[in-house]
Amino acid sequence: MRVDVRGLSVRYGSVVAVDDMSFSLSGNKIYGLLGRNGSGKTSLMSALAGYRKPLGAVTLDGAPVFENADAMRQVCLVRHTADAADKGDKVSYVLEYGAAWRETWDNSYALSLIDLFRIPLKSKVSALSLGQRSALGVVIGLASRSPLTMLDESHLGMDTPTRYAFYDTLLNDFMAHPRTIIISTHLIEELSSLLEEVVIIDSGRLVLQEEADVLRSRGTEVTGNAGDVDEFTAGLTVLSEKSLGRTKAAMVYGALDDSRLIRARQLGLELGPIALQDLFVHLTEPVGGKL
Amino acid sequence: MFDDRSPIYRQIADRIKADVLSGALKGDEQVMSTNQYAAYYRINPATAAKAFQQLVDEKVLYKKRGIGMFVSTEARDMLRAQGRETFFGEVVDPMVAEALAIGIPLADVIRRIEQHENGGV
Repeated sequence: MRVDVRGLSVRYGSVVAVDDMSFSLSGNKIYGLLGRNGSGKTSLMSALAGYRKPLGAVTLDGAPVFENADAMRQVCLVRHTADAADKGDKVSYVLEYGAAWRETWDNSYALSLIDLFRIPLKSKVSALSLGQRSALGVVIGLASRSPLTMLDESHLGMDTPTRYAFYDTLLNDFMAHPRTIIISTHLIEELSSLLEEVVIIDSGRLVLQEEADVLRSRGTEVTGNAGDVDEFTAGLTVLSEKSLGRTKAAMVYGALDDSRLIRARQLGLELGPIALQDLFVHLTEPVGGKL
Repeated sequence: MFDDRSPIYRQIADRIKADVLSGALKGDEQVMSTNQYAAYYRINPATAAKAFQQLVDEKVLYKKRGIGMFVSTEARDMLRAQGRETFFGEVVDPMVAEALAIGIPLADVIRRIEQHENGGV
């Protein structure tokens, strides 16, 4: 499913959560929505799901989502720890409810996931552990097979082995049933190899949208003699620098052309990549990042 | 699983090349599908597809429409020739530099290599 956002703003009184944002997702990819706490991720996802009337436009496959039952039925937004479910409901009822809403729901897949994550069907949601509630949210998100599926920190409450089971499950199900999946997470490095495209937002604004591989290739860590590093990085976008004695390491952002690479070799500088998580940290630093 | 020193797709491509060089993958043998690679390495299928595309561009693999990817018959010879071109610059020269840095005379290095030649190691 294709997603188009044009001039979207979300305000709560005088607080601007999303500020005149525009971007398009061509669809059928796994997208990472990355941003610091309070950057507007949840407000943005709520607007994409049609939960709130947008200032600006949000369209799914060209149709406005707000107050459009047909479009909304094709969307599944799962928040942290399945908070949409009434805590007094049994797990089995939550699944029935998920099925009743969506034509794309796969009930046998839902039950196999319930089994995989060891969620007791007959328990009330309130009796589940944090990890089980997280897993229930993920089950609903995956079994919905919704053309637009959004997981907002849904897997944060899972322990590490369960998260890895989730990553495998997500990937296999996405390959079998390609659809638009948007995931927000603070555990960026764990998830980064699963992402095809990354959307980074900060203070309610779009910082960048890029293929994950391309973004990774834009970051380079330059290490060597401090004077040589300074000469090399002059005129480049330097995200951060640190020194240890006479050695200096600088993170630079932007593609390096052949002449730069040759110069690096002449100066004896070491060039290495930067992890997506580190790039994210430096692109969203306080006071609006460095781009 | 990945060392983060170069893009993931390049690391996958390098592994497939290493398998071709070692003979683990033979000419005209089918390689695993994009999705199998993606699931095994826990990476996005588009990333795996990029690795395959790079190998097709380099003529290490070829595509059979609707069937999958296969190892080119000339892939191993080609990779061996490429490896020979870069061997001295990428393997021997750094080894010599390392030996000099830690104070091993090159004569000792040469003697060691000769022992290999004579099957004495």
